[in-house]
Amino acid sequence: MSDDPGDDEGPSFEERLRAARNRQGLDAPPKAPGLSPGDFGPSPWGIGLRVGVELVSALVVAVAIGYGLSLLFGARPLFIAVFVLLGGAAGVLNVWRIFAPGDDKWMQKRARRGNKDRGGAGINH
Amino acid sequence: MSQFELHPVFGHAGAVLGFAQSNLFMIIAALLTLGLLWVGMRPRAMVPGRLQSAAEMAYEAVMSMCVDTIGPEGRGFFPFVFTLFFFILFGNLLGVWPYDFTFTSHIVVTLALTLVVFFLSTGVGLYYHKLHFFGYFVPQGVPLALLPLLVPIEVLSYLSRIISLSVRLFANMMAGHVMLEVFGAFVVLLAGAGIIFWIPSALSEAVLIALIGFEILVATLQAYVFAILTCIYLHDAVHLH
Repeated sequence: MSDDPGDDEGPSFEERLRAARNRQGLDAPPKAPGLSPGDFGPSPWGIGLRVGVELVSALVVAVAIGYGLSLLFGARPLFIAVFVLLGGAAGVLNVWRIFAPGDDKWMQKRARRGNKDRGGAGINH
Repeated sequence: MSQFELHPVFGHAGAVLGFAQSNLFMIIAALLTLGLLWVGMRPRAMVPGRLQSAAEMAYEAVMSMCVDTIGPEGRGFFPFVFTLFFFILFGNLLGVWPYDFTFTSHIVVTLALTLVVFFLSTGVGLYYHKLHFFGYFVPQGVPLALLPLLVPIEVLSYLSRIISLSVRLFANMMAGHVMLEVFGAFVVLLAGAGIIFWIPSALSEAVLIALIGFEILVATLQAYVFAILTCIYLHDAVHLH
């Protein structure tokens, strides 16, 4: 047994254990924050419910705010009409975030590239 | 749908205090969580027994969920996420037990839990980033002219978390229990309608058994989804995107 802590002749026990666990597939691969659609259940019903809730919840919040602002300013249909459209868009944004969680980084990279290219020879795709 | 009705418990004292069976089962869920940890961890054995393994696995699972999703700062939020996860998990699982009340099938309960998560994550964002937190609502790389349109959409998307998080848990739990009640009624009514309806009644009973298994899955999954969405919201607050 050569478990002397001062003995510096290879990877530490933790590293070897991690390597062995990876070889055997015991550890789940690191996951980026964000839920994949499959996390909501094995059935398409789970995904459907999730998407429906996201769409409707944004609309509910938007209509509530629009109704409140309309009452406040005495312009009943105006704010509701505007916020229904904004709420629908926010619902679609919520759904987009579920199904394209990795694309945020891609969008940022694309935006950076676009900013760089704007002073140069245009956007290259 | 008598299973969702609230009734005071403990006689006159319960009626005066407004202490319903919902509150009773919240206390039972909290006590079960404490019991799992306290009784499970009492032996402090090097080679854990079953209950100690369950307690240790619960701790490790929630801790890794916090750290993997939020980052190293997630350790600080572990007690909150652990409490939330087990409160909801035991609440959901208790409801599958006959004669028990599912307090997570009431939207007022899930909305209260969601508001705690919402205000916490907003507070954490303001604490970490001060006024820069509001930059969260400004998408990157967007022309200035589009911001008046996109910022309200982002704000609405942020506010819609309150509804989506609370409605998801409430709707799943309520829908499952309504299904159980409907198929339970089928079994009794068909069995009482005559001998030729005994086979459909038995089929309904089979569906009911499958539904109870499915409910246990949904109960666990929804507690997990609530906890991981809490972690994702906290991640957004800590890291802004």
